[in-house]
Amino acid sequence: MNFQTTIGLEVHVELKTNSKIYSPSPVEYGDQPNANTNVIDWGYPGVLPTLNKGVVRDGIMAGLALHAQIARRMHFDRKNYFYPDNPKAYQITQSATPIAHDGWIEIEVDGKKKKIGIAEMHIEEDAGKNTHTSKYSYVDLNRQGTPLIEIVSKPDIASPEEAVAYLEALRQRIQFTGISDVKMEEGSMRVDTNISIRPIGADKFGTKTEMKNINSFNYVRKALAFEEKRHQNVLLSGGHIAQETRRYDEPTGTTISMRSKEGADDYRYFPEPDLPPVEVSEDWIKEIEGEMPVMPGERRKHYVDDLGLSDYDAMVLTQTKEMSDFFEEAIKDGGDPKRVANYLMNDVNSYLNDQHVDLQDTKLTPANLAGMVKLIDDGTISSKMAKKVFKGILNGEEPQAYAKEHGLVQLSDPAQLQPIVDDVLANNQQSVDDYKNGKDRAVGYLMGQIMKQTHGKANPKIVTQLLMKSLQAM
Amino acid sequence: MDFYQTDLSQLHDDLVNKKISATELTRETLDHIKGNDDQVKAFLTLDEEGAMKQAQAVDEAGISADQLLAGIPLAVKDNILTKGLRTTAASKMLENFTPVYDATVVEKLKQAGYVNVGKTNLDEFAMGSSTENSAFFTTHNPWDLTRVPGGSSGGSAAAVAAGDVLGALGTDTGGSIRMPASFNGIVGMKPTYGRVSRWGIIAFGSSFDQVGWLTRSVKDNAYLTALIAGNDEHDTTSSLKEVPDWAAQLNDSTSIKGLKIAVPKEYYDGLRADVKAVIKAALDHLESLGATVDEVSLPHTHDGVPAYYILASSEASSNLQRYDGIRYGYRAPEAKNLEEVYVKSRSQGFGDEVKRRIMLGTFSLSAGFYDAYFNKAAKVRRLISDDFTKVFKDYDLIVGATGASTAFKIGAEIDDPKTMYMNDVLTVPVNMAGLPAMSLPAGFSAEDGMPVGLQLIGKPFDEQTIYNTGYVFEQTTDFHQKTPQLGGQN
Repeated sequence: MNFQTTIGLEVHVELKTNSKIYSPSPVEYGDQPNANTNVIDWGYPGVLPTLNKGVVRDGIMAGLALHAQIARRMHFDRKNYFYPDNPKAYQITQSATPIAHDGWIEIEVDGKKKKIGIAEMHIEEDAGKNTHTSKYSYVDLNRQGTPLIEIVSKPDIASPEEAVAYLEALRQRIQFTGISDVKMEEGSMRVDTNISIRPIGADKFGTKTEMKNINSFNYVRKALAFEEKRHQNVLLSGGHIAQETRRYDEPTGTTISMRSKEGADDYRYFPEPDLPPVEVSEDWIKEIEGEMPVMPGERRKHYVDDLGLSDYDAMVLTQTKEMSDFFEEAIKDGGDPKRVANYLMNDVNSYLNDQHVDLQDTKLTPANLAGMVKLIDDGTISSKMAKKVFKGILNGEEPQAYAKEHGLVQLSDPAQLQPIVDDVLANNQQSVDDYKNGKDRAVGYLMGQIMKQTHGKANPKIVTQLLMKSLQAM
Repeated sequence: MDFYQTDLSQLHDDLVNKKISATELTRETLDHIKGNDDQVKAFLTLDEEGAMKQAQAVDEAGISADQLLAGIPLAVKDNILTKGLRTTAASKMLENFTPVYDATVVEKLKQAGYVNVGKTNLDEFAMGSSTENSAFFTTHNPWDLTRVPGGSSGGSAAAVAAGDVLGALGTDTGGSIRMPASFNGIVGMKPTYGRVSRWGIIAFGSSFDQVGWLTRSVKDNAYLTALIAGNDEHDTTSSLKEVPDWAAQLNDSTSIKGLKIAVPKEYYDGLRADVKAVIKAALDHLESLGATVDEVSLPHTHDGVPAYYILASSEASSNLQRYDGIRYGYRAPEAKNLEEVYVKSRSQGFGDEVKRRIMLGTFSLSAGFYDAYFNKAAKVRRLISDDFTKVFKDYDLIVGATGASTAFKIGAEIDDPKTMYMNDVLTVPVNMAGLPAMSLPAGFSAEDGMPVGLQLIGKPFDEQTIYNTGYVFEQTTDFHQKTPQLGGQN
């Protein structure tokens, strides 16, 4: 029997606002536990939430980036459940009136393009964090109230590969809006998956299993592939799939049952009485639309069609908005697109990976990278020297001044080079003879001698010209 | 001293003219309370030290003519947060809870220089109509100590009726200011929903809760309510509307000539005979003052109580989940794991009525029952609201009884929740529609001699018409001048 797979993804994205969604506490990480909390975050008696309007703005921005319909009037709902990291014992979320609905994004798998539908997206608050030791459990409410957007796909995803392509595209588009860092490894993007299979042609979906908080795209692919296979094996051997929540176990690459969903949780949703409904005007939507950065797809097209980059280069450069903006800025500053692209993709990226930092956290500027590239192009510095100049510009140095100061400038003046050429020829008669006897290799040796005398600073292009001219004149 | 023969402006003049100092006034107030509160039991916490300190500060700073509230002793219902002063909501759950911040209303009063003498008793978490649901003790009605003071703001009402203070803060979710005002022969105003900030009010039914005053006089009430009203950035359900100076409009020339009054038959027909007689006389009196009085119908009135108990209990079931024994409040000492911390702390910390409403609300919100209960009740709420809107197209004010009966005997209804809930039948619809309404003394029952309250219901944000009418009624009657005879105290 052949099966078809149905996957739906729920993605939580943490917004980069200054303050929390319902309280003025700062959104900051790495501080002392509970440092960034106030009475609202504690769920103290008598407190009331106030909505951070910036979160609604960011939610609309995300909705627009995902081609979704924006709700013109929305309210908030309470989702009730007890847990120590949930101090009010309810989460203020959106159930009946999500901020946006019916969007889509385009993915490409094996050269085939496909639109994946977005059912809805809503804004809500994050919970705090529990830490357990053998004796005590600790509750840190710093994260409590951090704004989140939950993006729920339609069950349009047909394979683990499509799932990852969807996540990549989603991550990229959200990243380009600037509303979130969308980093899986830091928890600012979290993925829950739902998967079911059914015989091809069957109209009813099979029973689905859920996996929560898988923490890399690679694991998402592996976990879904494992589940897909497991469902097939169970069904083919006459068994049935239990509706349950499972966990991906990284060391074994398998999934493990966590809890049954047979007795489904009852969150007793109802409209949040402490927050008035929000009206979204057409003008506001237009204003946010006007602030929307150019999305990665359009940028890639521009890089390939107008700047002559390869598809691969264009893809790498549009991984993050910061990288893409940096590239475009450096081009504007006069850097050759291909050479700037190469530097960003190789030297810069490997530096960022080694140091575990983001581009925007370094002192490197587009102007300085463009400046260095121009120095290479006009022969002022060699590629070898560029390696040293690159270290300088990583520290915020201006490339031309830095090169001069550190003697990283090629000798290109024939008047200065000719005497050195003459001197080397005079002292290496054997090589000159070899050359005349047709041994071209001798030129390499003579070049080496000249470079040695100039401590590697001679411009090889000029030296070659002078050397050949002198040899032929002999 | 007691506060029977004076009012806010009189007391203020005495303070400004140094006939009495704030310290002396506060001392005498505290002494008066200590003289009667073992009988009335209006106060959960009497803050002698804090009150004297506040009074001293006022005396030191001096009182200028524009600080009407400076040095005036008042009381605060114990579900309103007072920084550094124990706030219990009359629940074992918060028996030892000392807030770290002030409710917005308290902050405003502090800025005005009031003296808080203490925190008044209530039904636990404001759930009840008699204060019998207080986890600590029942407050007694100063007019007859064997009767309840009404609830849930029973402590505040009894304190005012006993002459302890000129005014006490209350909260009104389904009648909790007006009903005790009616039972105690005093004035109680529930302002329009959104008029007063709810920041720092221990939430019960968030879409119903509203803070207001129980006072001896209409004018004091108008002044005090204006002082706590207005938009608050902490409460985004609070209104941006300007707060008029209601009290300034009340003077000798205030008239109700031409005022169009509607009397819903539902607020009249079913009244107990003795109450009905008082209300009839009050309506006749209003007519004699130049108002037109017509009978109308608010057909969904009697659907109000069941719908209210579903909606308010649903909100309460969610609001009260935060009392989980983890961060503050009562924690069962023998709890061994998380589940036990939740279950035992809440089982031991909450009283029966609170548990009843949590269960009722939880059930109404459950999957499978939501449409039949919560959703249906929400529809009833809209119908009730529409009833009012229709009547207010043709009328300025709706008038009727506050309650169908007078204060009942302690213990008479406590084991019969359904009868107890029906005490709210004439007050609950007002909260459903978010309207302003006031109860004021309308006379006394010929049967049991207990006070009867007249309820004035206004259009949204039209507290002025209520105060005008109440003021004229008060100035032309003498019911408010009668005072209870408390064991020879007076």
